[in-house]
Amino acid sequence: MKNVFYFLIFPGFLFTAILGLLLTWLDRKITARLQWRVGPPWHQPFLDFFKLLGKEIIIPEGGSVFVFFFAPVVGVTAVAVISTVLWLVLIAPAQSFNGDLIVVLYLSIIPALSVILGGFASGNPLASLGASREMKLMLSYELPFILSVFIPVILSGGLISLNGLIGYQKESGIFLRHISCMLAFMVSIICIQAKLTLVPFDSPEAETELASGGLVEYSGAALAIYKLTKAINFLCMPLFLTVIFLGGRIFLLPFIILVIIILKNTNPRIRIDQAAVFFWGPVTAVAAIAVFLAFLGF
Amino acid sequence: MSISSKAFTKSLWAFHVSVGSCNNCDIEMLDLLTPRFDVERFGIVLVGSVRHADLLLVTGIVNRKGAPRLKKVYEQASKPCLVVAIGVCACGQGIFRGGYNSYDPVDKVIPVDVYVPGCPPKPEAILLGINKAIEKVKSKK
Repeated sequence: MKNVFYFLIFPGFLFTAILGLLLTWLDRKITARLQWRVGPPWHQPFLDFFKLLGKEIIIPEGGSVFVFFFAPVVGVTAVAVISTVLWLVLIAPAQSFNGDLIVVLYLSIIPALSVILGGFASGNPLASLGASREMKLMLSYELPFILSVFIPVILSGGLISLNGLIGYQKESGIFLRHISCMLAFMVSIICIQAKLTLVPFDSPEAETELASGGLVEYSGAALAIYKLTKAINFLCMPLFLTVIFLGGRIFLLPFIILVIIILKNTNPRIRIDQAAVFFWGPVTAVAAIAVFLAFLGF
Repeated sequence: MSISSKAFTKSLWAFHVSVGSCNNCDIEMLDLLTPRFDVERFGIVLVGSVRHADLLLVTGIVNRKGAPRLKKVYEQASKPCLVVAIGVCACGQGIFRGGYNSYDPVDKVIPVDVYVPGCPPKPEAILLGINKAIEKVKSKK
């Protein structure tokens, strides 16, 4: 019963959803201010969400109906679990378990997978193209992301629980003072940009060419769930970085989010092949150097 | 008035349908997104897919190739969906009335909520038109 409360209300689904939607507003507001616009009011993401709930849901002809509706639910469940695990480590460390770092790593792939599933189930060529791009992007960023996430594990001598990592950083200072961790932090911020499909790597849902990619056929409540998934993920991924690199110092979270938003607003979109070359080339190389340095103890 | 229909008036996602326009109205419409007018203040954003749209901004004379496509696009939008005809061409075909390639004005093909005449209409006029569409939704309920 207590676990259900943790998962559904605080600190899991509901709490993170509200915070995530507020962050979406922050993103839109900062974007607007950087373009010398005024931007939407703070409750805009909530209005969007409730509006979408009241709209007609269209089931595309020629698509797979079950997968079409199943995919968004999978995505939102996964991010809700991630948020529960991450917040519980910060709020009630006794509730966390050994190996939750790996659980979070696995679950963080699922939102992208849900877009892929939904895109292929739509039976729309644009959605299929978006899904296939999402898949290519996933294959490109996963390797450097996992390499960079395992650097704190190497530095702490093989701790694979988030709670253990936080405890270790409380005793011996945050990991970010190591050179290897600085490199890893840079790499993981770039990877997160791709995980959230934000602008330099938003070719899977490029609005101008693919008409929002894998979500082309979604409307009404299903689309609302996708938007919610994205909003929650927008909070969870920076939170994950805060836990593993900054020792759970939650007041540093806004800075990571600010960096992500500014990166988003100051970059053009790159093609999917350029993204793959970028991730498999320089980014993986930097991550590999960081792993090497970490083994040497720097 | 339920929550979702209240939210509907404050978060209209616009989709741009051009059925044979000369691009003038389209340029004026894009002005709405610039810092000077900034419709995101009112929750209006341009979306890429018609499935997400709440507001169809239709421009241009509806020519013979355009008419069936306009009808299709309207049917693809998830309802409730408002339609605003922008420019004299969309409202009543303007100087192209009776031309060999003009088919029917927009309101003969799909139901239109608000007409914004002008060649091209000013961005302020388009804003007023969208506002009138919102008022229409509010007064209905």
